[in-house]
Amino acid sequence: MLDFLSLLPYWQVFVEGIVTTLWVTVVATLLGLAIAVPFAWLRLEGPRLLSALIGIYVELIRNTPFIVQLFFIYFGLPALDLRLSATSCALIAMTLNLTAYATEIIRAGIQAVPKGQREAARVLGMSPLQSYRHVVLVPALSRIYPALTSQCIIVMLGSAVISQISVEELTYAANFIQSRNFRSFETYIVATLCYLGIAIAMRQSFEYIGRRLFGFLQGEQR
Amino acid sequence: MIDFTLWDILGHLLRALRWTLALSIIAFVGGGLVGALLTWWRTSQIKALQLLVRGYVELFQGTPLLMQLFLIFFGLSALGINLSAWTAATIALTLFTSAFVCDIWRGSIEAIPAGQWQAARVLGMSRLQTLRHVVLGQAVRIAIAPTVGFSVQVIKGTALASVIGFTELTRTATMLNNAAFMPFTIFGLLALCYFCLCYPLSRYARYLEKRLDVHGSR
Amino acid sequence: MSMVRVDALYKSFGANQVLKGIDLRIQEGEVVSIIGRSGSGKSTLLRCLNQLELHDSGSIEINGKRLDGEAMSARQLSEHVGMIFQSFNLFPHRRVGENVMLAPMVVRGESREAVEPRARALLESVGLGEKFDAWPGQLSGGQQQRVAIARALAMAPKVLLCDEITSALDPELVGEVLRVLEKLAVDGMTLVLVTHEMRFAREVGSRVVFMHQGKIHEQGDAKRVLDDPQTPELKQFLASTR
Ligand SMILES: Nc1ncnc2c1ncn2[C@@H]1O[C@H](COP(=O)(O)OP(=O)(O)O)[C@@H](O)[C@H]1O
Ligand SMILES: [Mg+2]
Repeated sequence: MLDFLSLLPYWQVFVEGIVTTLWVTVVATLLGLAIAVPFAWLRLEGPRLLSALIGIYVELIRNTPFIVQLFFIYFGLPALDLRLSATSCALIAMTLNLTAYATEIIRAGIQAVPKGQREAARVLGMSPLQSYRHVVLVPALSRIYPALTSQCIIVMLGSAVISQISVEELTYAANFIQSRNFRSFETYIVATLCYLGIAIAMRQSFEYIGRRLFGFLQGEQR
Repeated sequence: MIDFTLWDILGHLLRALRWTLALSIIAFVGGGLVGALLTWWRTSQIKALQLLVRGYVELFQGTPLLMQLFLIFFGLSALGINLSAWTAATIALTLFTSAFVCDIWRGSIEAIPAGQWQAARVLGMSRLQTLRHVVLGQAVRIAIAPTVGFSVQVIKGTALASVIGFTELTRTATMLNNAAFMPFTIFGLLALCYFCLCYPLSRYARYLEKRLDVHGSR
Repeated sequence: MSMVRVDALYKSFGANQVLKGIDLRIQEGEVVSIIGRSGSGKSTLLRCLNQLELHDSGSIEINGKRLDGEAMSARQLSEHVGMIFQSFNLFPHRRVGENVMLAPMVVRGESREAVEPRARALLESVGLGEKFDAWPGQLSGGQQQRVAIARALAMAPKVLLCDEITSALDPELVGEVLRVLEKLAVDGMTLVLVTHEMRFAREVGSRVVFMHQGKIHEQGDAKRVLDDPQTPELKQFLASTR
């Protein structure tokens, strides 16, 4: 009674959904990580007020559901007369979300770098920024890399929720297809497996990139 | 458009809060029970069971919770199994929770040094006795902080039950917003409700983690 | 009848052959010190004796019972062989007294009332009578190791295996553990110890076994072997430990 063949005519819809899921994930990941690195530094070393504000932002995001953040932005911004596309809203929400988690992960990683490392850099005449970049950040990133990988995958999986504001990604595609072919079980199974495939592929690409980036460090630690 | 005062909105949200709470507690307790069974299988010495649980955990950690909800609510109904939104949400969140706590608990058990197993073994204890009298007591101490931390994910996860039509906090807020278009107020208060539920748990988890670090050597 | 009887024992880890035909007899009440370079297979031999490692071929008999893979359960084995580890391995979440009482209660099903006096007496005999309710983490390394000895003795084993049990201790704490071992030896316990404490091996031990590259290279009366080594390998080893 299962009929996966009935999905065949819709393969293009699936592919388009996957493509959208992938690109919003990539954009949000890159933006989020790019913002999180300076945020983590400011959280630790910045002026007290700024540090506190970032702390509040991180806690607010981490302790509320993504779908609420999404609705707040999607329904809230037009009330401010800011008209943005659903996709832009989704990207903002995803980026804000990942930034908060990544800031916290990177902060913890930086704090775990032994103090002696920084003091050594200071003694060698490096400025705080130089020592942050060369002595603290790279070892910290290599240590928290697995946690960051998981967080980026969580953001990808969370992007299923942006179907609720009509961004036409994979979940939206699945909803659309099952409303046409009335084969919701098969449709959602296939969508689920697509997500699983993307998650596994993401993990492996991150591992590959990690080996290229931090391979020398892991070698040293052994 | 209907005019709502702040108090009206808050009143509606607070009344819906109990459903969010109920769903969270059931999912957490149910997920804990299923998760304990899974952990038991995962750390057993039967290869097939280990593999099965690994696949299960991978599946639930590698797919969106929203998809899991859709599969159980819409998907099963297409197969003739009709569940209420409440039942479907309970099942989905329980399974979701069980996979994650299983992963946390397995990690905690594996964190116990091999020397503890060996010491128990040479004293004549069986695997089961060692697990019960030596390993579990220590693993619980390691597991408690991340488990409390994960309860925050469960509470936030219940918000997705709104999508399949279960009227908890988030769905109440969207319905309110449809009636009285006040997105900032309504979703702001909604976020505040979740924050008040989750933040204390997050803080508690962090406190437990610190305390373990300090007393870790004991 | 020998207390421990090992014949043609072989053990490999992958391609690495670690034990290459060990023959060993140990009589009741003997104190046998196993010495040798790091990597010569001393720990592996000890771990085979209580089946923490399963040997590939050959035979092991303890107190007349033959060990063959899974033939003897951990419970039966613990009636014959006890073991002390270099890293103590006390159970950190249980008080000292509970550490000592746990195995008799769990494994033998004895009641707490029956075990407690014995546990207190054992702790008393290792000089830790007042530490019954302390946590392992509150004790020094030497005290922890003495608790570990009391814990092993609670199962009343016939043979006690000790794998470098003073190596993780600060020098000033070594003596208190060795004194406990010496008392056990005097009381007639069969002891098999891997050790670097040559003076202890010479004064207390009845026999010294020198292992080299997976084989027993030289063995004999403790004083004779240590004072008058026959093989160049043992001479070199003893010179390096001075
Ligand atoms: N569990 C194991 N797996 C693989 N190799 C091992 C294991 N235990 C010991 N070995 C190897 O066996 C050899 C002997 O080790 P061991 O018995 O510990 O020597 P010793 O105690 O004399 O220093 C070493 O080369 C060691 O690397
Ligand atoms: Mg050794």
